[in-house]
Amino acid sequence: MLSRLQFAAATFFHFLFVPLTLGLSILLAIMETRWAASGDQEYKRMARFWGKIFLINFALGIVTGITLEFQFGTNWARYSAYVGDIFGSLLAIEATLAFFLESTFIGVWIFTWDRLSPKAHAFVMWLIAIATNLSAYWILSANAWMQHPVGYVLRNGRAELSDFLAVITQRFAVIEFVHTVSGAYIVAGFLVMGVSAYHLLKKREVEFFTRSFRLALIFALIFSLFEVVQGHLNGGEVAKAQPSKLAAMEAHWKTQKKAPIYLLAVPRLDGSGNLIEILPIPGALSLLAYHDFNAEVKGLNDFKPEDRPPVLITFAAFKIMVGLGFLFVLLTVWGFFVRNRLLESKRYLRFMLLAIPLPYIASEAGWIVAEVGRQPWLVWGLMRTAQGVSPVDAHQVAVSLIAFVVFYGLLGITAFWLMARYAKRGPEPRAAA
Amino acid sequence: METIWFLLWGLLWAIYFVLDGFDLGLGTLSPFLARSEEDKKVLYHAMGPFWDGNEVWLITAGGVTFAAFPKAYAVLFSALYSPLMLILFALIIRGVALEYRGKMEAKGWREAWDLCLFLGSLVPALLFGVAFANIFRGIPIDAEGVYRGTLFTLLNPYGLLGGLLFLCLFCYHGALWLGIKATGELKARAQRYARGLWPVLLVLAVLFLAATWFSTKLYANYLQNPILFIIPLLAVLGLLATRWFLQSGAMWKAWACSAVVAAFATLFGVVGLYPNLLPSSLSPAASLTVTNASSSPLTLKIMLGVALVMVPIVLAYQIWVYYYFRHEVKPEDLAYDEGY
Repeated sequence: MLSRLQFAAATFFHFLFVPLTLGLSILLAIMETRWAASGDQEYKRMARFWGKIFLINFALGIVTGITLEFQFGTNWARYSAYVGDIFGSLLAIEATLAFFLESTFIGVWIFTWDRLSPKAHAFVMWLIAIATNLSAYWILSANAWMQHPVGYVLRNGRAELSDFLAVITQRFAVIEFVHTVSGAYIVAGFLVMGVSAYHLLKKREVEFFTRSFRLALIFALIFSLFEVVQGHLNGGEVAKAQPSKLAAMEAHWKTQKKAPIYLLAVPRLDGSGNLIEILPIPGALSLLAYHDFNAEVKGLNDFKPEDRPPVLITFAAFKIMVGLGFLFVLLTVWGFFVRNRLLESKRYLRFMLLAIPLPYIASEAGWIVAEVGRQPWLVWGLMRTAQGVSPVDAHQVAVSLIAFVVFYGLLGITAFWLMARYAKRGPEPRAAA
Repeated sequence: METIWFLLWGLLWAIYFVLDGFDLGLGTLSPFLARSEEDKKVLYHAMGPFWDGNEVWLITAGGVTFAAFPKAYAVLFSALYSPLMLILFALIIRGVALEYRGKMEAKGWREAWDLCLFLGSLVPALLFGVAFANIFRGIPIDAEGVYRGTLFTLLNPYGLLGGLLFLCLFCYHGALWLGIKATGELKARAQRYARGLWPVLLVLAVLFLAATWFSTKLYANYLQNPILFIIPLLAVLGLLATRWFLQSGAMWKAWACSAVVAAFATLFGVVGLYPNLLPSSLSPAASLTVTNASSSPLTLKIMLGVALVMVPIVLAYQIWVYYYFRHEVKPEDLAYDEGY
């Protein structure tokens, strides 16, 4: 249990920083490409300004990632021994293929604004952006394997690889990747829009922030729309592979055809059903999960209590994620209509400033759905979470857990405070650029 | 196949110690070497473009342990729980210190991060040595792979000697690096430190080689195949040559020789371990070896393919980066906006 909390804390924290890295790296690469293509110095200023925020964030993404890799061994030794053949190789390949590229070239990128030609500098940024996203693919395919193990045989008391391609190209991995990075792009888009809105409200650097805002708006609009469609596909995949997770996401208890979605439901904590359920839309769940009004959807009552995930957490996190997802579409579509008169749209800008944290919340909620909904399994159907922990003294884990929480809390506050400080200060004056 | 992976595993750690070794050492020496704010900036810039890429070798070494020898990864990392957690915390504050120090002017802010850099470099340098010396010596694991010792079991004289050796080697290696990258008074000071550290390093190395004879079984492989003695011999030659080049002011060559020392000292231990990955001090049967801890042949084969293609590419672009930033840190670098 302590190890689980510790891992959850470490992942939560890692995932506070990674989405922005994923999305902002691409936005930066686009800005730099424009700089290289047009020679317009304004784009260089943009890339440099947003680049600083990117770097503050990037540092924490890296160091928290190192921790995670080592925690498999320190806290989940039995799990590591059981799945290392597959899971470990994905992490190792991630490091050689992607992580090296991004970490080596981030050093180059920081120190060569004036040394490399704009084209070469933009190229370095693209390398970083691609490597970062590639990195996410390996990590998420490892996670997808825990959700939906394929391409393995059970031999020598562990899971051994039998089909490498099946592991890295399975539909579940592709869908999980697309869903996660799209969410990450929304995080980055909203951050850029929110910070721009702050300055536009104060009428500072209007040209600079209008351009930034519009670029991020288009980016976020595309991915918000895409995410809704894609999230629906993701749900279908979960319905097939992890029916108990789906049931928990919807707090759906009774196995039935024409399964409804309740507009308002509150599951009971003791796992005996829903406290409140009103306003059903008959057949909606069947339709969404299986594209068929009449499809039967298995309810939680048909899973033994020890095989069910924590319903309330999964359910609440899922609803928050979906609700926010629709809100993002609304906000970006609204933005699309006022894109040419941003300065006059004060109310919209204020909304967007306040909206900065929302995609973060949606991303973390999505992560909770995926991971808490996977319980009680560590590897779906193969290994329970309780079987995977290390034979390590509980005191050691408790001490390191507390240390992690305090330590990460301080670092997180510092990082966000620093980002806010740089964001508020705005870009360097034009002459210096 | 397992043997190839064992050697690759050792090689990855060796590369890691060569590369991150100098910036860990430089971080440890930072409070002594850098006296003014300008000195500090030069010191930070000396590792600026490199440290991040260097640290990935650690990730890769860890990842390869996980992928190629999952059981060893599981047992080793859970047995060394406390030291590893300390290393992790240290590496975190160190990485953040490098990136955040320059972001604010306030004196307190900078001093706090300087302290983080120092501690964050000192602790891993020391503990990696302690950890590896303990691996060479064997740790108390039972047949189930459960660790039957405490943190203090690891702090035995041989382990501590290993820690001091690593620390001193990294500091020396780091001082040489600053001797390359800095200019003027700071450069001279770094070289003075290197000259002062060298005899200490020599004594520690001799002590360690002797203690290894009594505390470990590492020499067994060497006595069986005397040709292997070339590995420790190269380390010793490197140690002597580096002093020679330091004297004549050929800093790059001096640094390259201390890199040879770090690499071959690691390989000396690794080759001596074979076929064990993690010897058990309780019973030889409980030791983890390359055969009983390895992954399936298919995984090893795929990983080997990836490694053979990717590691040379990685080395190529990292060498390019070192070449590109080979110059001394100049005043205009310090004024650079994204700098430290």
